[in-house]
Amino acid sequence: MTDVSLSAPGSNWFTRLKTGRAGPVTVVLMFVVVIWYAGAVYLNAPQVIEQFERAKTPWTMMDLADKSWSMKRPVLPAPHQVAVELNKTVFQKNITSKRSLVFHAWITTSSTLLGFAFGGMLGIALAAGIVLVRTLDRSLMPWIIASQTIPILAIAPMIVVVLGNLGLTGVIPKAIISMYLCFFPVAIGMVKGLRSPDPLQMDLMRTYSATRSQIFWRLRWPSSIPFLFTSLKVAVAISLVGAIVGELPTGAVAGLGARLLAGSYYGQTVQIWSALVVASVLGMVLVFAIGFIEKMTLKAMGTRP
Amino acid sequence: MTASQVTPGAAAGNVVETKKLSLVFGEGETAVHALSDIDLTIESGEFVSFIGPSGCGKTTLMRVIADLEKPTGGDIMVHGGTPEQARLDRAYGYVFQAPALYPWRTVRRNALLPLELMGMKSELREERVAKYLSLVGLEGFEKKFPWQLSGGMQQRVSIARALGFEPDLLLMDEPFGALDEITRDHLNEQLIHLWQQTKKTVVFVTHSIPEAVFLSTKIVVMSPRPGRILKVINCSSPPDRTLDWRETTDFLEIAHEVREALREGHSYDD
Repeated sequence: MTDVSLSAPGSNWFTRLKTGRAGPVTVVLMFVVVIWYAGAVYLNAPQVIEQFERAKTPWTMMDLADKSWSMKRPVLPAPHQVAVELNKTVFQKNITSKRSLVFHAWITTSSTLLGFAFGGMLGIALAAGIVLVRTLDRSLMPWIIASQTIPILAIAPMIVVVLGNLGLTGVIPKAIISMYLCFFPVAIGMVKGLRSPDPLQMDLMRTYSATRSQIFWRLRWPSSIPFLFTSLKVAVAISLVGAIVGELPTGAVAGLGARLLAGSYYGQTVQIWSALVVASVLGMVLVFAIGFIEKMTLKAMGTRP
Repeated sequence: MTASQVTPGAAAGNVVETKKLSLVFGEGETAVHALSDIDLTIESGEFVSFIGPSGCGKTTLMRVIADLEKPTGGDIMVHGGTPEQARLDRAYGYVFQAPALYPWRTVRRNALLPLELMGMKSELREERVAKYLSLVGLEGFEKKFPWQLSGGMQQRVSIARALGFEPDLLLMDEPFGALDEITRDHLNEQLIHLWQQTKKTVVFVTHSIPEAVFLSTKIVVMSPRPGRILKVINCSSPPDRTLDWRETTDFLEIAHEVREALREGHSYDD
């Protein structure tokens, strides 16, 4: 690798392809697509063969492949079928339409971001309490860890029902499920981050007889920023999972989770896969957005590039 | 058991005064006697060095003066009161072995830190920081971040930071220990100059005999297990000395005396 980059004669696209990440990523993507097409034939073939035999038509392998990549309700849709569906539901529909995936993605994004904001703040508050108050350190930590051993799918319907009775519906119950999942990495990361100043930096504050709040805001908080962003990237991804899970048991009519559920009711596998693709892209966009803010913040804080 | 306070006013003019001061870490068989029966007086305006091998308690003694450690026996007075009172009064500036700069602050803002904490007025603190950064020769580096500076420059920032709030007492714990010899010599010369200009009391911890002899008016030779004072050597160095003074017979005689004291304390044994 080093040899290549050292002898690279400038930055034309070919050398960049060889040294950068784009090349390997493309190769892996091509592999995935090939396996996907093969898998579609393998999984859909029994149904296709049955159709051929019922109609008593002779068939070749080409016919088999062709048919299994163009079924209405395949077990596994082919990539181009998903692409066509995505084009139809993302680009061709008005974004306020209930058939638009952009509309559903926005519903899910709004509860993801709300839950992420709640969870982030809760995580930071818990971490600050744990670091600053000795009794909280002993009493809270076991509960925080225990909270994550409860399977969220099992309690999600309960949360929705209970909050519904309290008059909270719509985005709030979903956001609370997201919050429940995403406060955890933030709390754990921030406890570590707020404790990261080295003894010398702490001694220095002591020689100035700094107050606890001065130590917190001028030393602990800035030291914890790199830890904060690492946990926020994990948190935003699972906040999305929480939002989708929150849409499954609620009988929600909108959101990517509702789209997945509706698709599975009616055997619309193409619709399910399109929703999955959109959910994955959404997750990536959210993580990259946090990564971008991280880069800007650390640059402003003068971190060595 | 905590150290009781010596009657105030008993020693006006003495910046630090200890009597039978001791500090034991741990208990029973595993107890470590970091300091044992330390009797020491540091007068105003003196430059006092603690020298000795690792584990002789020189850093611990400094930390007791700074109220970063509590003694387990004996008495200590700093500026006529307890070390804690001196710390709360911000009576001393501490320079650590490492620069301990905050990486997210620029040079200027690192030097501003103590002044901010003390609630000093904005114009006054900018003026102070500008003054002391130029005193340590760091004009023009105000906007740099610590990682952009060499080790010697970083340590100079930490000295400027300690000088900024103009404490009468400067505690320096092997401030140049991690630097190369050329940088160290240069900073020694600057430090002497600074000390003569500001008339502060300096307590300085070092491993280096030439450094101790060159800088000090008084050298405290210490020895480990238990940490104790072997000998206090007075040093009559000319006030306008430069590095060349280290080649004179005066210098070599004092250095020899320090080395002999260390040898008596078995510092050179296996």
